[in-house]
Amino acid sequence: MAKYFKPQIVSANDLFEGDVVYLDAQHGWTRELREAAVAHTEEAAQALDAAANQPGRVIGPYLLDVTLDDDGLPFPSHFREKFRDRGPSNRPDLGRQAERPPRRTPFSSAGGI
Amino acid sequence: MYRYDQFDSGFVRDRVARFRDQVERRVSGALNEDEFKPLRLQNGLYLQLHAYMLRVAIPYGTLNGAQMRQLAMIAERWDKGYGHFTTRQNIQFNWPRLPDVPDMLDALADVGMHAIQTSGNCIRNVTADHFAGAAADEIEDPRPSAELLRQWSTDHPEFAFLPRKFKIAVTGSPNDRAVTKAHDIGLRMLRNEAGEPGYEVIVGGGLGRTPMVGKVVRDFLPKADLLPYIEAILRVYNLRGRRDNKYKARIKILVHEAGLEDIRAEVEAEFARQMAAEGGPRVRPDPAEVARIEAYFAPPRFEELSESDLTFENAYRGDPGFRAWCDTNLAEHRQPGYAIATISLKPIGEAPGDASAEQMRVIAGIAERLGHDEIRISHEQNVVLPHLRKRDLPAVYDELRAHGLHTANVGLISDIIACPGMDYCALATARSIPIAQDIAQHFSDPHYARTIGEMKIKISGCINACGHHHVGHIGILGLDRAGVENYQITLGGDHTETLAIGDRAGPGFGADEVVPAIERLVSAYLDQRAGPEETFLMAYRRLGPAPFKGALYPEKEPALAS
Repeated sequence: MAKYFKPQIVSANDLFEGDVVYLDAQHGWTRELREAAVAHTEEAAQALDAAANQPGRVIGPYLLDVTLDDDGLPFPSHFREKFRDRGPSNRPDLGRQAERPPRRTPFSSAGGI
Repeated sequence: MYRYDQFDSGFVRDRVARFRDQVERRVSGALNEDEFKPLRLQNGLYLQLHAYMLRVAIPYGTLNGAQMRQLAMIAERWDKGYGHFTTRQNIQFNWPRLPDVPDMLDALADVGMHAIQTSGNCIRNVTADHFAGAAADEIEDPRPSAELLRQWSTDHPEFAFLPRKFKIAVTGSPNDRAVTKAHDIGLRMLRNEAGEPGYEVIVGGGLGRTPMVGKVVRDFLPKADLLPYIEAILRVYNLRGRRDNKYKARIKILVHEAGLEDIRAEVEAEFARQMAAEGGPRVRPDPAEVARIEAYFAPPRFEELSESDLTFENAYRGDPGFRAWCDTNLAEHRQPGYAIATISLKPIGEAPGDASAEQMRVIAGIAERLGHDEIRISHEQNVVLPHLRKRDLPAVYDELRAHGLHTANVGLISDIIACPGMDYCALATARSIPIAQDIAQHFSDPHYARTIGEMKIKISGCINACGHHHVGHIGILGLDRAGVENYQITLGGDHTETLAIGDRAGPGFGADEVVPAIERLVSAYLDQRAGPEETFLMAYRRLGPAPFKGALYPEKEPALAS
């Protein structure tokens, strides 16, 4: 039986702004996590990782685990990635969370967030 | 305070120009990130979770009104309108854009500031007692020595790539407010039998994943020998410190593994070699240069005042809010009729150490008008106005109150040190700020907080211990346990001259369990203290950990047999 592969996306920080970006299906960079390209296999994840090697645009790209909501859109699994996506939890007026309405959370979040 | 001469200004401007060129080359692609990263770190530029972060040095925590105003301007023009004062007496801007950073550095240079050596494996910004030059218990102002160390260590070619970062703290008082025993080198001023001031030299202290209490390597070092001796320590460390494992690379590990006697012998031998050099030691500064530096730190021209002041006394009697603030936020000044005022950056429910640009300007204004233009940043993430006339304190308090800077909690349970934690920091394993906010909210009743009395809670969001959790009376360390934030509690730490590393109490707590756990600790303390004069730390030392662990981990009721 094939080993279960947890879906993954690629994230990095923008070279100029320093803010969080995600690799999309066109191998461009988006600031919306839901627009990130999702890898469902190890091979697809490696392909995304290779496509993310764009040192002129981003810093430190890496693969991260996500969960999928009812529409198949990615959601961060780990609380660190939730903060990266939203902004400082103590300052809702700062970061992405200040620019957009909160997304429905498909699961109860870890760590009392 | 020290003011840049032509050499200092030229040096800083040159570094900004070089960094501007380096940023342009990074943007053009001429430099990749591997090449650029060490360059940006040498100029204080980190990459955090949400953005870049610029860490600006505030040498020995001293700045003037113009510098504080410039920090406010930078916060508004290139950041998000606030700054975060750190446990290293620095300020961090959390949201700069890379192309703006050279302009930010130029703006800093306009007021004699920079971000050099706030990162990297070099000698970092030298920290000092935040009451230096004002404290009643001080032997001598330690800042001329700190400035000497700053000049000696800046761009020192031999020590630009040490095995690991290196931190020096200096105090001129027997009451150690600079945590000298938790630094790579700590310097504590004392007098020898002839009454001459010099330094006790402490080496190998540190927090982080391997906390160590510093050890005295030299009982008394004449002030004139400071640089040759410090250089001898650095030289021994640079040659013998481990470079194969970053977690074992700090000098504390070298001192621990080699033993103090071995290190002392080698340092003394190197020191003797330097002192015996033809023409004297290379780094022993010209007395004229020392005098030049010391002149910058000459005390302000204080007025001859009586210790009591009617304006102050009337306000103290008539205004309970002012009285509460005086009771907690003032410290004794060496000059009669003056006081040291600490402005708490811990308003209940806010992030410890954060100040808005408006608040920075208010502080600058008070310092310029009433405080001999001196401001200090404490390692406890507060701001200090070191030279205020007591008669001016009611007006100062009113102005602070109008801008949310009047919180009367210095030294109390809500005066919490907290690192930025996972709300900002890329290294963090859990959040710190919301834990501090929750605790402060829970203990927001001023009467309850004053009943508890002196309490140092210190919170770190990872094992690197920027929040000094090891030396908190109650320390809190945030960790990631299988994808969930978890908080370990340590008890009995002490950051003063009797420095102690806290004892780990037991299993950690979930984020929402921390406040109830602290409440149980406080209740146990209040129940068992000998009296109000016995602080939490004193009670812990008298009673030992058992009653406090018992409070933290109450035995569950046995399940009833069915």
